[in-house]
Amino acid sequence: MRRYKKSPTAGPRADCVGEAAVRTDWDMENQRSEKRAEIMAAPALIEARNLRKSFQAGAGVFVETGRRVRAVDDVSLALAPGETLAIVGESGCGKTTLARMLLRLIEPDAGEICFQGRDLLAAGGAELRALRREMQMVFQDPFASLNPRLRVEAIVGEPLEIHEPHLGRAKRRGRVRATLETVGLGADAMQKYPHEFSGGQRQRIGIARALALRPKLVVADEPVSALDVSVGAQILELLQALQREFALTYLLISHSLPVVAQLATRVAVMQAGRFVEVGEADQVLSRPAHPYTQALLAAVPEVPGLALP
Amino acid sequence: MAPLLEVRGLTVELPTPAGWVRPVNDVWFELSAGETLGLVGESGCGKTMLSLALLGLLPPGARTTGEAWLAQRNDSRNSGSERLNLAALTERERVPVRGREIAMIFQEPMTALNPVLRIGAQIEEGIRAHQPELAAGELTRRAREALEHAAVPEPELRARQFPHQLSGGLRQRAMIAMALAAGPRLLIADEPTTALDVTVQKQILELLGRLRRELGLGLLFITHDLGVVAQVADRLAVMYAGRIIEEGPAGTVLRRPRHPYTEGLLRASPQLKRRKLEPIAGAVPRLGALPPGCAFEPRCPYRRAECSAAVPELRVVVNDVGPVAAPRHRARCILVEAG
Repeated sequence: MRRYKKSPTAGPRADCVGEAAVRTDWDMENQRSEKRAEIMAAPALIEARNLRKSFQAGAGVFVETGRRVRAVDDVSLALAPGETLAIVGESGCGKTTLARMLLRLIEPDAGEICFQGRDLLAAGGAELRALRREMQMVFQDPFASLNPRLRVEAIVGEPLEIHEPHLGRAKRRGRVRATLETVGLGADAMQKYPHEFSGGQRQRIGIARALALRPKLVVADEPVSALDVSVGAQILELLQALQREFALTYLLISHSLPVVAQLATRVAVMQAGRFVEVGEADQVLSRPAHPYTQALLAAVPEVPGLALP
Repeated sequence: MAPLLEVRGLTVELPTPAGWVRPVNDVWFELSAGETLGLVGESGCGKTMLSLALLGLLPPGARTTGEAWLAQRNDSRNSGSERLNLAALTERERVPVRGREIAMIFQEPMTALNPVLRIGAQIEEGIRAHQPELAAGELTRRAREALEHAAVPEPELRARQFPHQLSGGLRQRAMIAMALAAGPRLLIADEPTTALDVTVQKQILELLGRLRRELGLGLLFITHDLGVVAQVADRLAVMYAGRIIEEGPAGTVLRRPRHPYTEGLLRASPQLKRRKLEPIAGAVPRLGALPPGCAFEPRCPYRRAECSAAVPELRVVVNDVGPVAAPRHRARCILVEAG
């Protein structure tokens, strides 16, 4: 049941253009604190208030009624342009459900979402399509998330076909080629099929597909957890470079605190559908306040310090 | 004392349309009772094929050469030879070895467990296979004991449940109970915690460490995760393209890696403390198209002309802190000065 109110006119809303939440104790690196000031002054790119979603648990062929599980339970968040918010938690904590609601891939039971000052949940038809092209997703499994029967040109070109149908074939091909180049793939990749690529290259194709429309918000759900260490590092570096180049805002979903430490500016720790701790990445990772965050950090297996020349 | 397991020149060959490839290529190592050897490498390096070769579970058509000697138990049942060559057993000879002498736990407990059998029945099956004379009541008691060993709470309840009724961590504990039920001396753990959350992973690693100490198990721990291996391993062997390219005491190898690949892996691993990651350029070579010399040469930042001439030998690393050689620290790289 949707309990949020649909506004009669789904235009910009006054209460949607609030400041991104005030944050403190930003680290002292000059470059980053300058960027920080910029981020804090800007209105939120996406803001969610009191999101809730519950699912029927245990329902199936042999079970008629199960109890309801609250996957996301009263979560609010705001992402400022250019920042990376990481949502961390163990399996089943609701992080993927939350991300899907923010993209409106599933409907919340209650709550509000503002994207670029517009009510995402009230939008429909052409307006929703226009908002959706600004938000794209990078998936965990580079083997399952690419259509094996399509050539790379068709995979990366598909979003363009849908959202920019006026582009001719030649122009679209040019855009696909340029996008592949930004993720480090040559033009020879265009005529190949996904199975001809390694896991890391496939993840690059997935990123290219997400970037083809030049979105503002990219949701990355466990983008490196299916990859080997040496390849995962390449992808993390690529994500950082692309963020700088295209001024992207990232919502990173991850269970891996080291990966989060690498990418995130802010961290939200999620447990049983709720945020238990939200703060600057450096602060949450080095001085965690909540016992659950402390337990997560204590469980991370660390490599002893390298003594390299 | 002879090691529990001594692997000498073990090679596994698989047929492909393009000819034979060697996922395991001339591998040598030793594992003592009560010791943990971490076998580290990225996907396709041959670490899983190596463990399957030890258990005789290779895919059809595979060829194995070399030796893998398992020391025999000191009991009256073994009147014959002192050790067994695992690489040369017939399928019939393997039956009393698999489960009884060597056991394996797998990455994904849900796919490794039988979904339509109760946990207790699956554990009993492993015991009955080696001791068919045991009465039903005794089997139930031993299965319960195995679950207690693996620190499964409410073992009687869990024994009556099906795999889908258990959480991921409990399933992995049940699988450990099953692996240890017949009292093996060598346990192979292939990515046992990769599918688990970090807090559960920590508990399972602690459990494996405790069981190894209490039961004097030799533990071959296969993983791609350097952080995990740092927690559990006494010694470490790093594999690349089918060969061991560096081995030694875990702390030494992780702090002072001497092979550029090991160093590259460490520089590429994200840590809690943010730093600039240095990915390894390129990708792992296909087994059918290995470079002529060192397999890592095309990706190596320190490569020289002579690297592509021949596959380097494993050379003993002379400790750079003092004149004494680090115990059994070896690396397959021409940059390691012959000691």
